[in-house]
Order: sequence, then C-alpha cells, then structure tokens
Amino acid sequence: MSKALNAMILPMLAVLLLAACAPAELAVLRLATTTSTADSGLLQAILPSFKEAFNARVDVVAVGTGQAIELGQNGDADVILVHARAREDEFVAAGYGLARSDVMYNDYLVVGPQADPAGIQGLATAAEAVAAIAVAKAPFASRGDDSGTHTKELSIWTLEPSPDQGWYLSLGQGMGETLQFANESGAYTLADRGTYLAQRENLPDLIILFGGESIAENPDAKLYNPYGVIPVNPELHEGIQAELAQQFVEWLTSVETQEQIGAYGVDRYGQPLFYPDSEPYRQAHP
Amino acid sequence: MSAPLYELRQVEASYRGRRILEVDQLAVQQGETLVVVGPNGAGKSTLLRLLNFLEPASGGTLHFQAEPVPHPAPIELRRRVTTVFQRPALLNRTVWDNVAYGLRVRGRAPGERLRGLLRSLDLEGLADARAGSLSGGEAQRAALARALAVEPEVLLLDEPTANLDPYNLSVVEGMIQQLRAEGSCTLVVVTHNVFQARRLADRVAMLHGGRLIEAAEAAAFFDHPRDPRAAAFVRGELVA
Amino acid sequence: MQLAAPSFLADLAEIVLLTIRVTGVALAAATLLGVPVGALMAFSRFPGRRLLVAVIYTGMGLPPVVVGLVVYLALSRSGPLGTLGWLFTPAAMTVAQTVIALPLVIGLTMTGLEAVDPQLRLQLRALGADRRQESWAMLGEARSAVIAAVVAGFGGIISEVGAAMLVGGNIEGQTRVLSTAIVLGTRMGEYSLALALGGILLALAFLVNIVFIRLQHRPPWWLGR
Repeated sequence: MSKALNAMILPMLAVLLLAACAPAELAVLRLATTTSTADSGLLQAILPSFKEAFNARVDVVAVGTGQAIELGQNGDADVILVHARAREDEFVAAGYGLARSDVMYNDYLVVGPQADPAGIQGLATAAEAVAAIAVAKAPFASRGDDSGTHTKELSIWTLEPSPDQGWYLSLGQGMGETLQFANESGAYTLADRGTYLAQRENLPDLIILFGGESIAENPDAKLYNPYGVIPVNPELHEGIQAELAQQFVEWLTSVETQEQIGAYGVDRYGQPLFYPDSEPYRQAHP
Repeated sequence: MSAPLYELRQVEASYRGRRILEVDQLAVQQGETLVVVGPNGAGKSTLLRLLNFLEPASGGTLHFQAEPVPHPAPIELRRRVTTVFQRPALLNRTVWDNVAYGLRVRGRAPGERLRGLLRSLDLEGLADARAGSLSGGEAQRAALARALAVEPEVLLLDEPTANLDPYNLSVVEGMIQQLRAEGSCTLVVVTHNVFQARRLADRVAMLHGGRLIEAAEAAAFFDHPRDPRAAAFVRGELVA
Repeated sequence: MQLAAPSFLADLAEIVLLTIRVTGVALAAATLLGVPVGALMAFSRFPGRRLLVAVIYTGMGLPPVVVGLVVYLALSRSGPLGTLGWLFTPAAMTVAQTVIALPLVIGLTMTGLEAVDPQLRLQLRALGADRRQESWAMLGEARSAVIAAVVAGFGGIISEVGAAMLVGGNIEGQTRVLSTAIVLGTRMGEYSLALALGGILLALAFLVNIVFIRLQHRPPWWLGR
C-alpha cells in the first residue's frame, strides 16, 4: 500500500511544481519601480488600460530605488520606472538601459511635528529648513536606503549629518515606514508629496512645514522630483521583453495615459499626486 | 549422522579492532537444542547474531546446510532464522499487529493459526492491547509468539527468561519444551541459569572471554565437565 | 489592496490560496526529501557524518532572508539558473521555502529516529525485515517525532517574509502571500488591514497544526497503526 502511495505522491508533486511555474497565456512585462511610486496607487489605476491595449500583464515589483536599478542591471526587470535622475543617467550611460524618457514629476516636502521645534515654517529654501533642524538638533528621520528620496535628501544638506549625532536617524526603510516613524516620534522627515498625501489620514501628528499645500506653492525648485522610465537593454540578458517594454514606454508617455496620470488623486486629495511631463505631453500642451 | 545444520570453523568476530568471539569448531545439528552458557561479555549474543546472519564473521567460515553463508546474506536465508532477545522489542501497536509483523514482512496474511499461537501463550485476551500497556512477562510472551508465528527453521533465544517471574518463565519454557518435543525446529538458547540449562539442553557450549572453551552432549557436560570454569558453572558457582 | 475596494474579498481569497499553494508544495517537497535523508543520517555511519550533522544543525538556524538572497542570485537572469524564468513567480518562493524547511525536517527526523530503541532495529532485522521494511517500521515508531519535524518546517515558512519578498517581489495577483501582504499593509499605514491579514495567517497556521496533531495521535492507515 505504501508503495502505491509513494508512487502517487511524486507525480502529484511534479504536477504541482510545474503548475507553479507554468507560463501564463498573457505576455508578461516586468516593471521594477520604487515603493513610493507603487504605494501611491497610481500604477494600479492606470495599468489596466495597458493590459487591455496590449493583452499583456504588468508584474510590478516594488522595491527601493537601488534595488530597482539593480534589477534592471541584472536583467530581472524589463523596464524600470524610478526617480533618481543622476543614477538613471548613469544606468543608460553604462549601457544597461536603452534610453531614458520623462514621465511625470511631483515634489518633496518637509513634514514634521506641529510644534515645529526647529521653526522651519516660513523659511525660503529647503536647505535653510534642514540647516535649522541641524542647529536645533531636532530629530530628523532619514530614509537612509539609497532611494531617490534619500538621494534628494542628501543633496539638500550643506553639511552631511551623521547618525552619531543622535538627532539624525537613518532608518533604512521605505517611505511609508519612515513617515510612520516620524509621526510616532515627532521627527521631521523629507517625503514625496504623493506618499504623504496617500497616508495623511494615518499620520495625525505630522503636518507640512515646508513645501506648501500643493506643488504650485512649493517655494524651492530643488525639491522638484522627476520620474524617468527606461527599458532595459535586451542585448545583455536572455529573456528580456524588449518589444513589450518599448510599447510600455510609448504607452506611458502617450498623451492619453499622461492625462490619466494627471487626473489621479484629484478626487481624493483635491490635487493630483503626479504631474504629467512626458515629451509628447509637453508638445501637446505647450 | 547427517551433515550439521550449522558448521563454524575458526570463526572470529571483531568489534572496533577487538576480538570478541573465537570459535575453533562448533556444529549445530538439525532439530537439536543447543544451550550456550558463559558469563557476561563472553560473546554469546555475538554468536547468536552470527547464527541469525545479522553480522558477518571477520574470519573463518560459517556454513549453513553445508553451504558457505555470504555477506550480506540473502534475505530468503535470513528469514529462515529468527531471534527472541532478552528485552522484547515490540512495536507501538497492538499485540496482534506485533505478532503478525514477521508474517506481514514475508507477505503472508495472519490467520487462525496466529490465534491458536496466542492462545497457547495465554495471550488471547490481550490481542487488542497496545504493546505499551503490557507487563514485562506479557511482552516477552508476545515476542515469543511473534517469533513462532513465522515458523522458523531455527529459533535463537538470548536469555529469554532472565527478566521473568516464575509464571511467565514457565509459560516460555513450556513452549520451548513443546518445540523440542515436536522436533521441527532447531533451537539455540543462551542462558546463565544452570538449572534452565539442565532442563533444556541436548548439547551445551560454553563461552568464556569470547572463546569456546567446552562443547559437549548435555550428560557429558554436566557430569564430566573438563574445563575448570565449566565445572564451576555446573556446580552453580558464579563464573567471572 | 484597500479595504473599501469591491474586489477585496477576491483579492484576499487569491492571497490565501497562493499562500496555501506555495507553502503546501514547499512543505511536501521538504518532507519527501527530508524524511528519507533524516532516516539515512540516523541509520548510517560514514566518514564525515559528524560534519554533515553540524551542517544540518546550522541549516536549522539559517536566516531565511539569507536563503532568499541566495535563491534570488541563483534565479536572476544574470545568475546560473536564470533561464528557468522562475524569479518573481510562485516557483521561486516555493524553492526558497523548501530550502528553509529542509534542514528542520532532516535534523528533527534524524534525532527523532536516533531516539528509537536501537535494539528494535536488530530485532526487526532478526524478524526478516529488509532495509525498506525496517526503515518504515522505525519511522512508524518515531512517527510523533517525524511529524513534529514537519510541523517545525511548516512553522519556519508559513510566516516567513524576507525571502518571500526578495524572490517573489510581492506582485499583486501573482506572488502576494499573506506575510508579504501584511508588510505592504503596514508600510502603507493600513494597520487594521495588516492585523486582519495577520489574524487570518494565524488561523490558517492553527488549523494546519490541528491536522498535524491528529496525524500524531490518530494516524490514518497509511501512516502506520
């Protein structure tokens, strides 16, 4: 009897394992992007139209910027969508990506406790704001994870603070977790407007102290946060969906999709979370 | 006299480089009851393991039915011999399932004969009892039933009654006497009990320090033991 | 995934089913491979055995996220097994979970079998059992311990999240399981959702463990009497 059972189990297992890795009927495009982009819900909102138009599924892998770029380098993603301009340019220059296209932008804010111990409200630039925080030694939560946000944050400090100083906390976590940490411990942090707005209800003790209530009101152009999309170079790895990636880039930068991007979030937050900025869009709306 | 069932010549067994058994010459006749005696550590259990083809000899030749025994011994050969040990190693199942184990291993189904066997060992009422709930004596009787269930040509018993109370001892010995009378089974019984040896033996072999020091017909062994240690044993003295 | 979304229950069902599928297959693979290897380790003596035991014990304490990293590097398109195309699919998660559970199943099966009376093995052979019959009977004697080994393997993977994230990618509708969904919920500040998912995960683990306990004490015919 046990022989019969043994004989049955192995084929069952083989079938299950095969089922687990059976290729789907749809074509699949793998998009590596950042957690802040994914968590905003934008992709969930606009991707269905790509699926319909091209009969392809988009698997969104949301990781830190560094890891997203790494996935692109290793060929484990077919296209990447990130917001770290310098690193994107490096990526293309080194031959990992074919070309970078503008997609959209939003901005960063400095949020913090209502009491504003460092008194940054009303200051003119972000650099001044963080300098004030340093002087006041008020707690500041940094992403500390080499993400686009972290890179931007580092570019604002005139003197790069170090974690030994006690008030500067390098968390190594995503935007959501960092905001929650700031909320719980009354710290300042740099956040992209999209993630902040999406999570505002869960962050009762944080308010916007620098950056204004909308991008139009943001006094510092340095906090501008552009996103780029780059198809991965198919020559470097086997199995890259080059054609589909190209179609994705064209679709993402098309006027129709761009307008959808611009409309996202308006109902819920009273303002868009992202501003369309692709080449085709700019040409259609000079 | 026909050829012996077992024939051992210059047989040696070693464990981790130490010689633990040396038998110059020993024969076991078909149908006889050989009692093996000797102090602890004398090599008696090793000898039984060799006879059950569970271990190879490291030197010398072991013949069964005039054929040399290869190692590993073919399973069909192994299944003609079985052993009852001093401690009954029963499986965590019912008595019935334990006693039927040997049959099942040989692909045979247990039946009425098994029930009769249980009855003759006073185990009928315990057929559905779990092995863990048995007393020492009940468990040993079950182990004996399990061995007999496969109708072995050779039954080896390693101190089978050493841990038993008089009642269970009498049941087990009674069964051994019955087998002797029937003559169908060859028996090799290891015991340290000189009285039991007198009761059961056709022939006696004595081991000491791993060596076979005396082997003789029962009458010769008990009446005229040649080795002084055998004489001491026969007198009922403790032999170290 | 938002609580208010109308497809919430469908999403949830998808996540739960995928969790069961990935962990189920991984546990089955770890058991089918691990129990025989554990038995082999318990019953054999060979040069280097001690070293192998040390390796197995170390494997029992291996950080799962390290396993995830290694599996990722192996399955990456720039890695040795990239042509399989398993990265960011349930297959990769199953592989990682199998690797995590395997040392637990092997190690605890081995120690469970070593605890069985060695005299029993000799007795079974004296009764004419061949190698397979003897191993099967010994496993039956150690049934409780062997099932505990599988339970330990299960515990090690059902709520594992580091490796699952790394090799699965937490892709909505494809590789999102309960543990990774909880992390996502927490990251997005949706604590009640995360807690609810956590409750479901615990309930699932509890139900499975009840089945295991039943197998230990009232085994079906094919697990021995």
